Amino acid sequence: MAVLLLAEVTDGQLNIDATSKAVTAAKALGDVTVLCAGASASAAGEAASKIDGVSKVLVAEDPSLGHRLAEPTAALIQGLAGDYSHIVAPATTDAKNVMPRVAALLDVMVISDISGVVDGDTFERPIYAGNAIQTVKSSDATKVLTVRTSTFDAAGQGGSAPVETISAAANPGLSEWLEDKVAASDRPELTSAGIVVSGGRGVGSEENFELIEKLADKLGAAVGASRAAVDSGYAPNDWQVGQTGKVVAPALYVAVGISGAIQHLAGMKDSKIIVAINKDEEAPIFQVADYGLVGDLFTLVPELIEKL
Amino acid sequence: MKVLVPVKRVIDYNVKVRVKADGSGVDLANVKMSMNPFDEIAVEEAIRLKEAGKAEEVIAVSIGVKQAQETLRTALAMGADRAILIVATDDVHTDIEPLAVAKLLKAVIDEEQPGLVLCGKQAIDNDMNATGQMLAALTGWSQATFASEVKIEGDHAIVTREVDGGLQTIKVTMPAIVSVDLRLNEPRYASLPNIMKAKKKPLEEKTPADYGVDVAPRLQVVKTTEPETRKAGVMVRDVDTLVAKLKEAGAI
Ligand SMILES: Cc1cc2nc3c(=O)[nH]c(=O)nc-3n(C[C@H](O)[C@H](O)[C@H](O)COP(=O)(O)OP(=O)(O)OC[C@H]3O[C@@H](n4cnc5c(N)ncnc54)[C@H](O)[C@@H]3O)c2cc1C
Ligand SMILES: Nc1ncnc2c1ncn2[C@@H]1O[C@H](COP(=O)(O)O)[C@@H](O)[C@H]1O
Repeated sequence: MAVLLLAEVTDGQLNIDATSKAVTAAKALGDVTVLCAGASASAAGEAASKIDGVSKVLVAEDPSLGHRLAEPTAALIQGLAGDYSHIVAPATTDAKNVMPRVAALLDVMVISDISGVVDGDTFERPIYAGNAIQTVKSSDATKVLTVRTSTFDAAGQGGSAPVETISAAANPGLSEWLEDKVAASDRPELTSAGIVVSGGRGVGSEENFELIEKLADKLGAAVGASRAAVDSGYAPNDWQVGQTGKVVAPALYVAVGISGAIQHLAGMKDSKIIVAINKDEEAPIFQVADYGLVGDLFTLVPELIEKL
Repeated sequence: MKVLVPVKRVIDYNVKVRVKADGSGVDLANVKMSMNPFDEIAVEEAIRLKEAGKAEEVIAVSIGVKQAQETLRTALAMGADRAILIVATDDVHTDIEPLAVAKLLKAVIDEEQPGLVLCGKQAIDNDMNATGQMLAALTGWSQATFASEVKIEGDHAIVTREVDGGLQTIKVTMPAIVSVDLRLNEPRYASLPNIMKAKKKPLEEKTPADYGVDVAPRLQVVKTTEPETRKAGVMVRDVDTLVAKLKEAGAI
C-alpha cells in the first residue's frame, strides 16, 4: 500500500514535529510519499527527505499554494490521489481545512483526528470531546485521514529519500489570501513543547496573564489558555487548548485558574504530569491533576516562580 | 440573498457522556439534546446579516431523526424564516456522516440557490470538522473555515479565520461556504414571544429519497470504548512540596 502524506509547510518552512509525528502513523500503512506544497517548498522538501521512514518526497511550488488555501491544495492532491491507498496529514488547522475537501472530491469519507491505527482500514479516534474512543472501519477505496499528533511519537531523522518536483494543479481561483496575523514568539511551540503552562479565567486580565508567561519562561514552557481566557481577551486565540483548540500532551502541564471543563480536558488530559493551581478545592481540574495546590494564584504563582 | 444554515441536534454540551457497557456507542436515550453550539453561532450570524439588510431569507436545515424538529424550532425562534427537516434515520444513535450530510445539503442548495452557507466548524458529538469543507467540494464553491469575522461585500466575502499560527484573513468569491468558530459572535436567546411565533413558521419535512441521496455509512463503527482514566493524584500542602514532588518525578 502507498501513502501520500501532506506535510505541514508554513511560509516555505517544514513543521518537522507535526510532519514527523504523522509519518509515524503513516508508516504503519505503507510506503510514505511526502508532499510539500507552497509558494516555495524546496527547502521543506529537503527537510522532509531526511525524516526516517519517508520513501519519496514530492515538491510542488506555485504562488497559488502559498497560503494553503483549501481549493488549490485540494485540487493538487486530487490529481495525485490515484496512486495512493491512503492520504494522510497531521491534524493541523491547515490540514483540517484541506483534507475533508479532498475526501469529498474523491467521494470518500474523511476520518478526522485519528489517535490509533488498527490496520489499513481500521482506525481509532476520540469523539465527544475525548469522552469516548471510537474504532471505525472504512469501506472506501481511498482512506483520507488526519492524525492527532499528540498521540504519536515523531519519526526520527536519518532518511535520504529522493525528491521530485511536480507542478501545481490549475488554480480554481475562488479565494485570495489577504493577511496573516501571527505573533512572533521565542517560546516553544504549544503542540510540541515539553512543558505547557496555561491560564484560565481566574487569571482575570490580559495584564495579569504576564504572570502565566513569567512562569512559562522560568520553566522554558509554551503558554496555553482556556477558552474563557481567550474569549475574555487575556490571551490570543492560537493559545487555546481543548476540544476546539489545540491538543497537547507535554511531559508537564500546569493549569492555573482553570476549572477543568470537559472541553478543556479534551485538549490536555493525555499530558504525562498535570499540576493544577486553583482556589476552589472542588474544581474538576483536580480530578485529573497529579498534583493539586489549592489557593490564590496571585500568591502561589509568584512564590512558585521564585522557588523554581 | 438567501442564507442556508445547517443545524445539528447533538447531546447538550453540559451533559456527562456515558459510553454503553456493550461498546456499541454512547448512551443517548433520555439525555438532554440541544443545537450544536457552533450552529447557534451560525444562526446568529445569518440573522445579523438579515438585520443588516445583506440577506433576505434565512433557511435552517437539519438532517437526522424526526426529533431534530426541536432544533429547527430553536433556529426559527432565534429568527430564521423557515426550516427544512430531512428525516434520514429513526434511531437516535445513528449519526449521518458528513459526506452524506454534504450531499443532502448540496441537493438543497440546488433547489434553494442560496448565496451563502453558514455552518458550524465542528459537531461536538462526532468532532469530525468536515461537513462545510465537503460541501464546498461538492458545490465547487469557495470555502472559509473557522471564521471569527465575516464581512459580506457584494460578490465576495472577507473572512478572518482562526488558524494554528494566529489569524488569517482571506477574500472568497460568493457563493461561499463559511464554517464558524466560537468567537464570531454571542448567540441570542430566543424570547418567549419569538418561541411562540416560531411554532407557526414553515417547517418542511423531507427524506433522503426525495433528493435521491444514499446516506449509507462509509465508516462502520466497530466499537466505542471509554478512554483511559487518569489515576487520582494528590493534593500538596504548599509550593515547597509541589516543587519537591516535581523534582522527584523528574518533571523539572
Ligand atoms: C462548543 C464548545 C467548545 C469549547 N471548547 C473549549 C476549548 O477548546 N477549550 C477550553 O478551554 N474551553 C472550551 N469550551 C469552554 C468550556 O466549557 C469552559 O467554559 C472553559 O474551559 C472555562 O474556562 P476556565 O476554566 O478558564 O474558566 P472558569 O470555568 O470560569 O474557571 C475559572 C477558575 O479559576 C479559579 N480562580 C478564580 N480566581 C482564582 C484565583 N485568584 N486563584 C486561583 N484560582 C482562581 C476558579 O476557582 C475557577 O475554577 C468550550 C465550550 C463549548 C460550548
Ligand atoms: N446532521 C446534520 N444536520 C445539519 N447540519 C449538520 C449535520 N451534520 C453536520 N452539520 C453541519 O456541519 C457542521 C460540522 O459538522 P461535522 O463535520 O460533523 O463536525 C455542523 O456544525 C453543522 O453546521
